[in-house]
Amino acid sequence: MCDTCGCNLTPGNKHLAFKPVAKGATAVSVLKGLLAKNDDQAGHNREHFDKRGILTINLMSSPGSGKTALLEATLVALKDEFTCAVIEGDLETENDAERIRAKGVQAHQIVTGTACHLDAHLVHDALHHMTLDGVDILFIENVGNLVCPASFDLGQHLNVTLLSVTEGDDKPAKYPVMFRAADAMLLTKTDLLAVLDDFDPDKAEAHLRNLANPAPVMRLSARKDLGMDAWLTWLREQLAAQRARVAIGQSRRPAIQSDGMKYHSVTA
Amino acid sequence: MHELAVAQALVEQVDTVIDQHGATLASLIRVRIGPLAGVVPELLATAFPLAAAGSRMEHAALEFTHAPIQVRCQTCGAETEAAINRLICGACGDWHTQIISGDELLLESVELETSPTLAS
Repeated sequence: MCDTCGCNLTPGNKHLAFKPVAKGATAVSVLKGLLAKNDDQAGHNREHFDKRGILTINLMSSPGSGKTALLEATLVALKDEFTCAVIEGDLETENDAERIRAKGVQAHQIVTGTACHLDAHLVHDALHHMTLDGVDILFIENVGNLVCPASFDLGQHLNVTLLSVTEGDDKPAKYPVMFRAADAMLLTKTDLLAVLDDFDPDKAEAHLRNLANPAPVMRLSARKDLGMDAWLTWLREQLAAQRARVAIGQSRRPAIQSDGMKYHSVTA
Repeated sequence: MHELAVAQALVEQVDTVIDQHGATLASLIRVRIGPLAGVVPELLATAFPLAAAGSRMEHAALEFTHAPIQVRCQTCGAETEAAINRLICGACGDWHTQIISGDELLLESVELETSPTLAS
């Protein structure tokens, strides 16, 4: 529906839109997503990606769960196959972008200052500092935070959420908004499982299923090169799927939003 | 703390509504938030006055409509209420469900005051 020019007002719903409540006052029905402006910008970013056939992946997790280490290993493994680029989000420092550049990959660092998450506008500004032509996969490493980043669409096609085994296996139950948004969950640092007696990967997966999330769960250690093949295969499949979508003029939003939005337009 | 960013987005949207309807100010803002939206109503209520300071909704009351979490089971078709970290079917226990309510983050309605001379 259109909230710009008022064309969504019909004789049938006009009474909802202009219900007099008191002298000189009007009640206006809006029913618009609070983050509509961010979502519009995210849609615009997604068009940028789709136009160039780029697959964009948003990496989210707690700080220190191994997002940058995973990227380093992934970029090296894919070096001869695809052109990748990375947007890094942190409160301060260029450290992570420098780690990516050291692997010979284009990286732009977003320094958020005090902001706890990336939003679609920050990502759009970053895109203007990057060369997107020829890029196959763009990774966006969100600010390490299991809460806020889940609420902001950046224009990505997929959300990948990391859970390191040094954290609790009940993290998906504790942070349901974040883990419900995952299109894939990676259990990282699995080489440490041998010395940890309190993390059960099966339990972590069960907690994810309790969020009605069918996302694949992959167990890996980027540092010790364990389980990386399944992740790299998944990435290749996702890029192929993105190219197939682009070929027929379609796009994809992260899993969480599709169903919900469909029902909202009915209930709203 | 991302509630401040949400409050700023809310102020922008209400500002647009005020303009669209030629009103002078907003007196009541009603927002519908589901638990799965990841926005805490109490924190949004705290952040709102900061974002609204000096605006045409500075003195507006902010009201929240609760949106309970409901899921529809893809296996048995039942529609049941669910807990935030257990979005499974309340009837058959299957996890293949879809959220039909509970992840909303909506500006539901706004009460506007129009200048008496301009009111039609």
